[in-house]
Formats: sequence, C-alpha cells, structure tokens
Amino acid sequence: MGTESDRERFEQLVLPHLDAAYNLARWLVRSPHDAEDMVQESMLRAVRFFSSFRGGDSRAWLMTIVRNCCYSWLGRNRSADLAEEFDETAHSPAQPTPESDAVASGEAVRLRRALEEIPAQFREAIVLRELEGMSYKEIAHITGVSIGTVMSRLSRARDRLRTVLTHEANPSAERRGAVPGIVEGVAP
Amino acid sequence: MTCAEGLKLLDGYFDGELDLRSTLEVEDHLRGCGACSSVMNRNQTLRNVFAAPELRYSAPPELTGAVRAQVAAAFSPQASRELHPKATRRERRAWLQWAPAFALLLICAGLSWQVWTLRQQHVSSSLADEAISEHIRSLLPGHLSDVESTDQHTVKPWFDGKLDFSPPVQNFTAQGFPLVAGRLDYLDHRPVAALVYERRKHMINVFVRPAPGENDREETLTAERGYNALAWTKSGIDYVAVSDLNVTELRQFTAMLRAPDAAPAH
Repeated sequence: MGTESDRERFEQLVLPHLDAAYNLARWLVRSPHDAEDMVQESMLRAVRFFSSFRGGDSRAWLMTIVRNCCYSWLGRNRSADLAEEFDETAHSPAQPTPESDAVASGEAVRLRRALEEIPAQFREAIVLRELEGMSYKEIAHITGVSIGTVMSRLSRARDRLRTVLTHEANPSAERRGAVPGIVEGVAP
Repeated sequence: MTCAEGLKLLDGYFDGELDLRSTLEVEDHLRGCGACSSVMNRNQTLRNVFAAPELRYSAPPELTGAVRAQVAAAFSPQASRELHPKATRRERRAWLQWAPAFALLLICAGLSWQVWTLRQQHVSSSLADEAISEHIRSLLPGHLSDVESTDQHTVKPWFDGKLDFSPPVQNFTAQGFPLVAGRLDYLDHRPVAALVYERRKHMINVFVRPAPGENDREETLTAERGYNALAWTKSGIDYVAVSDLNVTELRQFTAMLRAPDAAPAH
C-alpha cells in the first residue's frame, strides 16, 4: 500500500477524532499547552503504529493512545495526579451562586472545577461517558479495566459531582459506602 | 432488591448498560423507592449540565493545523523510509535485480543486513522505551500488582480470560528472584502480561506478549533514566525485563528466564 493511500486512510479514520483526543488530553493533564503537546505526541505515535491498526473503532484506538501518552506524562511530571483515592478534604461544595450568574452557567463552571479535582481514573471515565458518549465496553477497553470497574468509577464520580448541583438536597450519605470493584450483573 | 443493591446498579441502568433482567429489577425498585429515584433524577440533571459548552474542549485551530502538517510530513516518502524500513528493503531488493556487478550485490547485501539489524534494534528499543515508562508507572503506589502471589500456580490462572495467550510464569525464589505478583498492562496498545519479580527490594517487571511469526531475537540492552531494559524474542513470544537493578544481575535473571529447561509452567 502506497504512503499516499495510507495517509488518506489516516486522515479519514483518525483525524476526525482530533477534538475528542484534545478533550481527553485536556481533562487528563489539565493544561491547554500540555494537552496540545500530548495530542501532537499521540498523533506521531498513531502514525507510527498505524500499520498495526487492524480496522475497527478508530476513535477508541486513538483515545487509547492519547490516554497512554497522558498517563506516561503524568507519571513523569505529576505523579501525584495519579493518586487513586478521592481527597475527602478537598471539597468543591455548591458555592452560593452570585446573582449575576445565570444558574445553568454557574453550575457548569462549578462542575468543571469539581471534575478537575477528582482523581484521574474517575475523571477519564466520566469524560468518556458524558462528553464523548462512549459505551462501558469502549471505556473499559481504553482504560484497561473491567466493565464492572467502569460502572463503579462512574458511580463514585457522579456521587461527587452531584454535589455541585444547585438544588442538591443532602449531598451526603446515601452512597458513602460505595466501594470500587467489580459489580455483577452488567451486560457485556 | 434493597437500596444498596439498587444503587450499585443504578449507574448501569442510567447509562442503559444493564441486561434485561437487571433492568427490570432496577425499574421495579425505582417504582417504590423515592431516594433512588431522586438519585436518578439528579444524575439526569448532571447530564444536562454536562451538555454545557464550558465542559467540552475543542482542539484550537492552531493545533488542528499543526497536526495536519505533522501527519502530512510523517507520511511523506522521506519520513516513510524511516517509519517503514520494510519498504526500503523491498526497494533495495528490486534494484539489486538490475545491478550487474557482483561486488555491488555484496555491498548491498551488507547494507541490507545493516538496515535489518538497525530496524530490529529500533523496534526493540522503542518497545523497551515504552516498557521502561510502564515500569516506572507500575512503581507508583497501588499500581504494581493486580494479583499478588509468590506461587506461579496462582498467578498463571489469574491471566486466563484476561489475555488471549497464556504467559509462561516461573518462580525463581530459590535463586533469589521471588515472583511477587502479576498484572495486566498495555504495551504498544495491546494488553500484555506483566510479571513482577523482586531482587533485594529492586522490582523487576517482565512484560510478555505474543509475537507470532517473529524470528527469535537475541537480548538487546536499553539503558535509560537509570533503568535497564533487556528485550528478546523467543519461540514467538516477546519479552522485556525492566528494572533499576544492575545489568549483571538483570542478565543473570534473564538467563534463567531464557534457559531451555525453564519450560512454561503448567
């Protein structure tokens, strides 16, 4: 296969997912500049490994590369970010919204802040689910964990994130006992 | 169904990921449980907030431009020669057919051989680089093991169903390299088995993955960031052993792994 057709194939299959790649990188490394670096590095790796891409879901394939790139970078530069547990002391509670803020926009800003504060593995699960609309199976593939673990991570992430909602009644106890782990009864 | 059970499945239900039976059970529970219904409603509100433009980042136009240029350059014929040495070898072979002089043929054969070995080194060293990064990552708290055991008969079955191949697992406790744990990892974007051994508090990660059709390859050493990686291919399996252990002892360890009588454990 000539390089010209390889390139066309790459441009058709991989480049359309550039926004998704940037969104994931941006949420994982939490800085616009570093996220751009991550995307560029990921694209180089994607070109290098493109011959081993056997077809199938090119978005999940690219996202796996981006995710690995970001984790390697975090491991080298900000290993504290790879902590696995919620910091129970760092709360981003529902601040009273200033009158001037539209309610919806205020919630979005608070949600963004809260999402930045939860551990990376919970953050990536919720980003892939809510912002990229991915299935549990795709998320499990990209993040290298079981489908049950994806579900329990989403559950814990949502527990925390619901506290930013304006009309959050009692943002506490009902699920404090939830532990991450494999949950039975999930469709494959 | 109790609330605790319901809450465990609630996210799967909310995301439409449950099988039919669990779906019906959760629906049944939700009909009679205000607390769980309210969690469902708030999840929906949360999802609505997620739809706000502040939450999803789009690639800046400069980045899109840079990536397009980068991709075009990477696929240009010149870059492709670096990326796909196979093509280079084919070109060279075609050219050889027309080369009249035997001497030239010899020189080119020599060159081909060099390109081949360079490529092999390049392939194994990029794998080694990635293996070193994974090794470092595995040392972060909580990352080292998925299954902890010094018994290869516990570690080996643990991989069943998680990988599409069965990694050879051996224990070298008697030789001073006890097997500590096993882990699933990703190398080159494919799941691999990572076996963790220990030598005087130095961790050794051995990454194992199938390499069907690959020729056996001798051990190559990559030293980077204070870590040593030894990579080799044997009987259709790629191995990379990574550690901060000194090279002599690491070689002593890999020699045991590679010993012909060290048959894969059953």
